[in-house]
Amino acid sequence: MWTFFHKLASPPHFYDLAAKFIPWFAVLGFVFVAYGTVAGLFFAPADYQQGDAFRIIYVHVPAAYLSMMAYMIMAVSAGIGLVWRIKLSHAVAAAAAPLGAWFTFLALATGSIWGRPMWGTWWEWGDPRLTSELIMLFLYFGYMALRAAIDDPAKADKASAVLALVGAVNIPIIHFSVEWWSSLHQGATLIREGGPAIQTSMLYPLLAMIFGFTFLFGALLLGRVRTEVLFRERRSRWVYNLVLPDEGRG
Amino acid sequence: MNDVILNMPSVLRGFSAVVRRDILLAWKRPGDMLNPLFFFAMVSTLFPLAVGPTTEQLAFSGPGVVWVAALLASLLSLNSLFMSDFEDGSLDQLLLSPQPLPMLTLAKAVSHWLIAGLPLVLVSPLVAITFQMPARTIGVMMVTLSFGTMSLSLLGSIGAALTVGLNRGTALLSLLILPLAMPVLIFGARTVSMAAADDAVSAGVYFLAAYCMLMLTLAPFATAAALRISNE
Repeated sequence: MWTFFHKLASPPHFYDLAAKFIPWFAVLGFVFVAYGTVAGLFFAPADYQQGDAFRIIYVHVPAAYLSMMAYMIMAVSAGIGLVWRIKLSHAVAAAAAPLGAWFTFLALATGSIWGRPMWGTWWEWGDPRLTSELIMLFLYFGYMALRAAIDDPAKADKASAVLALVGAVNIPIIHFSVEWWSSLHQGATLIREGGPAIQTSMLYPLLAMIFGFTFLFGALLLGRVRTEVLFRERRSRWVYNLVLPDEGRG
Repeated sequence: MNDVILNMPSVLRGFSAVVRRDILLAWKRPGDMLNPLFFFAMVSTLFPLAVGPTTEQLAFSGPGVVWVAALLASLLSLNSLFMSDFEDGSLDQLLLSPQPLPMLTLAKAVSHWLIAGLPLVLVSPLVAITFQMPARTIGVMMVTLSFGTMSLSLLGSIGAALTVGLNRGTALLSLLILPLAMPVLIFGARTVSMAAADDAVSAGVYFLAAYCMLMLTLAPFATAAALRISNE
């Protein structure tokens, strides 16, 4: 059990292990997303209130879920790196941040596109989830800006880990306060999810999209971590042997 | 050995020594203390000029304007929270001292509030009067601003500790702190608006007080960890 974790934390071992997992994740991701796209866009019935516009949830919901998932992965691995001083988990946190920011942006963009036919505006401050996603995006920006501002990589790892943890404590408070704020002046135009329960022909493609996005996220994350590890360990023997195997023991 | 431990000043004395020193330093250089106040008054003046001078517009935008201006003004002074200590080496002494570091960072945050936050709270009625706020609203505003600026000083001390010695200016610090300060702004400004509309305000005040308590307990530890990382 513990030897497994110790091996996992060693960069060369992780580098090889990740290479084995990436194709599986990518294939599974593509299969799920392909099924979800076809079933969601062509076979799922149109919503009786929203028409075909609801179909954007097949991108929006997985992206929104992953934007939070990525922050959680970032904060947890930053915390592990801070407590047990595992360099690999700092690499995971560094690799997860831009991905999380992109998924947050995707969730915001699709939410805004959905809002155009539904609410008649590209942006609706009254919707708590849009607003808290926007704050989430700023949290990612802050994290990446701090990381970029510190030259010493070890220091950047630890400082940004503290920020990620402070953010993780604050995120529930931010969500709660944004909900409270918007509940006070909410227009009647909003269509809330309190409508009819979702039909299975709509639900299965959505679940498939969520699984597919998660697998693709996993593949992207592992790929990014591999690159990050390779860059961080660029002075080490194993990377040298990996990149220039024929040079002998230089 | 025993003598050293027995002669060590108590935690409370270490705390008050840091607070006294910071207040004395601020007193000797009043410009640092006054500039955020002028900034606060200046930003509050910009809004009526930009939005329009009618009474309804001012009464409607007043709470939000005062809160945003207070947020920015206290952010302005946060950048220098650890900067001068870092430059003259006294930050190293704080880190080396046998006192528990979270207690000292708490002292730094408290003295920042006394230097930057409290004056803002005291000046805010002047701004509020120009925004046609009634007396009860002004009272609520001062209470919420007290808790809000205290939370900001504590939250900001984490950011200031993370960015100390980076020479990246206020922009980076704002990017780190402002998203986290959103709950304070939301509850602060909204509670004042509700007071202006004669609604019940206790929920908002309780939330701000609770948030302030949370920051009082957690922020000093995060600040201490961040300081150790920035100065290793």
